[in-house]
Amino acid sequence: MNQPIKGGRGVNALPFVAPSVVILFIWMIVPLVMTLWFSFQRYNLLSPELSGFVGLSNYSFLLTDPSLWVAMANTLLLVGGVLAITVVGGTLLAVLFDQDFFGSKVARLLAIAPFFVMPTVSALIWKNLLMHPVNGVSAAIARALGLQPVDWFGQWPLFSVTVIVAWQWLPFALLILLTALQSLDHEQKEAARMDGAGPIAIFWWIVLPHMGRAIKVVVMIETIFFLSIFAEIYTTTGGGPGLASTNLTYLIYLRALLEFDVGTASAGGVIAIVLANIVAAFLVRSIARNLDA
Amino acid sequence: MRLKLDTHAALSVTGWLAAGLLFFPIAWMLLTSVKTEIEAVATTPSLIFTPTLENYVAVQERADYLKFALNSVVVSFGSTLLALALAVPAAYGMAFFPTKRTRGTLLWMLSTKMMPPVGALVPVTLVFRDLGLIDTLAGLVVVYALINLPIVVWMLYTFFREIPREILEAGRMDGATPLDELRFLLLPLALPGMASTGLLAVILTWNEAFWSLNLTAAHAGPLTAFIASFSAPEGLFWAKLSAASTMAVAPILVFGWLSQRQLVRGLTFGAVK
Repeated sequence: MNQPIKGGRGVNALPFVAPSVVILFIWMIVPLVMTLWFSFQRYNLLSPELSGFVGLSNYSFLLTDPSLWVAMANTLLLVGGVLAITVVGGTLLAVLFDQDFFGSKVARLLAIAPFFVMPTVSALIWKNLLMHPVNGVSAAIARALGLQPVDWFGQWPLFSVTVIVAWQWLPFALLILLTALQSLDHEQKEAARMDGAGPIAIFWWIVLPHMGRAIKVVVMIETIFFLSIFAEIYTTTGGGPGLASTNLTYLIYLRALLEFDVGTASAGGVIAIVLANIVAAFLVRSIARNLDA
Repeated sequence: MRLKLDTHAALSVTGWLAAGLLFFPIAWMLLTSVKTEIEAVATTPSLIFTPTLENYVAVQERADYLKFALNSVVVSFGSTLLALALAVPAAYGMAFFPTKRTRGTLLWMLSTKMMPPVGALVPVTLVFRDLGLIDTLAGLVVVYALINLPIVVWMLYTFFREIPREILEAGRMDGATPLDELRFLLLPLALPGMASTGLLAVILTWNEAFWSLNLTAAHAGPLTAFIASFSAPEGLFWAKLSAASTMAVAPILVFGWLSQRQLVRGLTFGAVK
């Protein structure tokens, strides 16, 4: 497949590829070097005269600041929570929508719709129309059942953000896993059924192993995105109450754009880059394997 | 037979229940957008009411809604065109004249996508400030073109690789130069693939909120920023908020439904087929 076409020898493809590569390289390397550089500087936009090399003190300031660890824990809870919901829910939904039922094509379209809703819109719908403690649908349901309406964003801020993000990303998991499921050989399932395997046995021993790779890809891609969750927090809780729903991305945003502390924000940026790259290394390796196939 | 019919019915009910639950927030937004503000905040939500379009008119009349919508259109389509202009030659070169470095280049492009935006927030903000690009459409177009470039190159690369080589070889024999080949043979053949790649880039840009919230203010803000500005005056404008949200979401939802297959290809870099 990768053979150059006949008569293509001697054609220099470099001029075609170079613009993209050069521009992407600049887009990657300039911010990276600047972030690294600033992370070793004292630099606050409000007092620019107090600048200079400070070694690792931005890092030690950040690493000894309890808010970093709160933000880290929140990041892990958010990523882990949404991953658990979307992978388990996505797998079940994919199996469901793989079946042919009355109007299944239309139902599938409705089910994937949340993925195309911009994060600021979904955050506001959930915050105001659905989860509002007085006028929201959840409050109305609670009152109808004779329960006390819950102030979701006040009492369970991180959980509420998790729900919103999970709602947006369930369709993504569904789409990817459904695509993987549709490439499953149906004769294999048929053969297992002939041998007397029940639906649960078939799911556990045939369907799930087949989807393993796709689930891995979903987990890795979602992790990359979930480490950077921002708009959902920005539009609903603003990171609060206190730091209760502040993740790493939001903490760096607070430092950089609200406190103008470029040095500390950059050190946080470096930490975020390191975290994302650990995940990315696995993802890239898994995709590289597919590129050879 | 009897049992089969029952399973089918049960399956249909479960399927529609799941779809209904997932779609409910969007349906509720649509419903709220045609209520009056008083009905919208009623503590016992009503399902029976006289629908009104007054909220759409009101949002439309706020002159800034159209401005934000136009910004979204300019930014998504502008950045997509810029990304395509850079990516088409690159994908062409790599798909048809691969070298030892092609594989490495593709994977490296993918890896730039893994950089968390917040890691670049401070430098990009400072550089943009110095270049006067904060709160400009040009600045957003450039940022989004660069963010989507790896995905666009990858998708085009996979589409180009599916084009039968014999056609290009025949053209080559007839004396076509690589540029002729690109213009007269490849582009017409790859047009469907390019269209769906562009569609995905438009969707991703339209909905992106990290850079649009951080790099814009009153002038160049797209719809993501416009909607976010509703989070402050709580409770008073739900019907209007719903109408504005519906208008912000509707076109992209249709685009998304049209391109769901390509979405899988683009977002997984071809890792799931």
